[in-house]
Amino acid sequence: MAASATGASWYRRLVLALLLAPALLWLLALIILPHLDLAVLSFRERVAPREYVASLAQYRSFFGEPLYWHVFLRTALLSALATALTLLLAFPIAWIIAKLARGRMSALLFVVCLIPFWVSETVRTLGWMILLRESGVLPAVLVHLGFTAQPVELLYHDATILVGLVYTSLLFMVVPLVGSLESLDNSLIEAAYDLGGKGGSILRTIVIPHAAPGITAGCIVVFMLTLGNYLTPTLLGGKNSLWFTEQIYTQFITRFNWEQGAAFGFLLLALSTAMVWLGLKASGQRFSDVMRRV
Amino acid sequence: MIPSLPRPAWLRAATALYVGAFLLFLFLPLAVVAVFAFNDAPYPAPPWHGFTLDWFFGNEAAGRVGLFRDSELLGSIWTSCIVALWVTGLSVVVGTANAFLMEREQFPGKGILSMLMLTPLVIPGVILGISILAFASRLADLCTDLFGLEADFLRPGLPLVVLGQFSYIVAIATLTISARLKRFDRSLEDAALNLGASHAAVLWNVTLPYLRPAIIGSAAIAFLMSFENFNTTLMLVGSDAPLTIMMYGRMREGATPVLNAVSLFLMSASAILALMLLRRGPRAPP
Repeated sequence: MAASATGASWYRRLVLALLLAPALLWLLALIILPHLDLAVLSFRERVAPREYVASLAQYRSFFGEPLYWHVFLRTALLSALATALTLLLAFPIAWIIAKLARGRMSALLFVVCLIPFWVSETVRTLGWMILLRESGVLPAVLVHLGFTAQPVELLYHDATILVGLVYTSLLFMVVPLVGSLESLDNSLIEAAYDLGGKGGSILRTIVIPHAAPGITAGCIVVFMLTLGNYLTPTLLGGKNSLWFTEQIYTQFITRFNWEQGAAFGFLLLALSTAMVWLGLKASGQRFSDVMRRV
Repeated sequence: MIPSLPRPAWLRAATALYVGAFLLFLFLPLAVVAVFAFNDAPYPAPPWHGFTLDWFFGNEAAGRVGLFRDSELLGSIWTSCIVALWVTGLSVVVGTANAFLMEREQFPGKGILSMLMLTPLVIPGVILGISILAFASRLADLCTDLFGLEADFLRPGLPLVVLGQFSYIVAIATLTISARLKRFDRSLEDAALNLGASHAAVLWNVTLPYLRPAIIGSAAIAFLMSFENFNTTLMLVGSDAPLTIMMYGRMREGATPVLNAVSLFLMSASAILALMLLRRGPRAPP
């Protein structure tokens, strides 16, 4: 009896070890150690070939060189703006899917909204380039309708970058919004209406508080993805895009200045983490619950 | 507001208009990509010059290299497929193991581990890429210094691309499979054990069949996310470019409609995958 009990516990331990191994290997070798290494890299300076000393030089040069922190700030602000626009655009459609459309219509509309996101971001960006460039579709339409005498270049503006970013982010906002709006009981809205509530006040006092977890989840994910986007700003913004991920790429791959690139990477990671944390604090939610919504 | 409340006619009209405009916004970029794959002109731009299949089947003699004659593009599609198959296989296996670990086992530090498993989802892809690049290079240098060995698989190239994509895609697979395992009724396993089945037989005949929809779903998502990944791949890629990297390079140069042809090909592939998943959906056991 005792022998079989120790046999069973030995077996349980083996199973636990076998299940833990891949998880620990993944997290240690691909997440934790690489990020620690990146931190070490960012806090050193090359003084001679293959000779390094600990220093804050990389972070000093970030704050000392206006181009670097301007681009950083610009990326953060445009990302926040893109997140807000995505929310404004996605909320009505999520409301229509969750509350107005019925049965099959609602399911169909939802699926139709998801379809473009099964297609690669490269393809979607190609579409916007064909639509917006000077020789493209929309400038030609504008000339045809008589709005402009000559085709105008619609690419390479900040607004173009925003359009591209909002387009790419919509899915990540619509899905959590629909989820949180569907769970809102219609009778609450009816009650508020019967008691004389108007659209605006019902939205403010009933709908938005109820949908807050979905709104937070969507905003966190959209902000993070926008901040870390590379493809859309560089292709739609061209030389004017000045996106921070581009600076990281330049330092790492083009200039081979890994120390500087590592510091930039950490600053971006810090901003992204800070915004996630603030979003969670502001809405009083737990990280794991938010991630399961998306 | 909601169907049970009176809505004025103008609000109904505005709603319909909004839905129309929204769908136009969603599908216009995809529609132009598809349409200009068939335009008989060297650039994907208006005006319309007539219908052609050159961008699919054209060869050098016609002065237009179509998709199916463009060995560089076909090669990059193949590269993407290989990478995606590796990432899918690894993610599903490790994701399933993680699901059992988190749902079935008790051990100290479990809370921290479950938190850590979600972090790859909030780290920007570019940073995952550079951190793995830097760490792998350090290991490769170490290998050279200590043993005089060239660890080429740790230099930028497809093995690193696979690892980089795997590092966050496995987190998604873990979430999907855990969610289903959590809803599993364990008395089914107990019943099978009481009837004399071995642990391995129970796992194979009872638990894994129950998990199958989640495993298939996460495999499809893993394949798609790997195929479409750009940010992480960009930092880790060596001389063999997967399709997204190849397309990006050509888009910067101002490419021919052959890119539209590839895109249309990708859209069709995604659509088929989506339809297959949707068809499977209702038949899956609850």
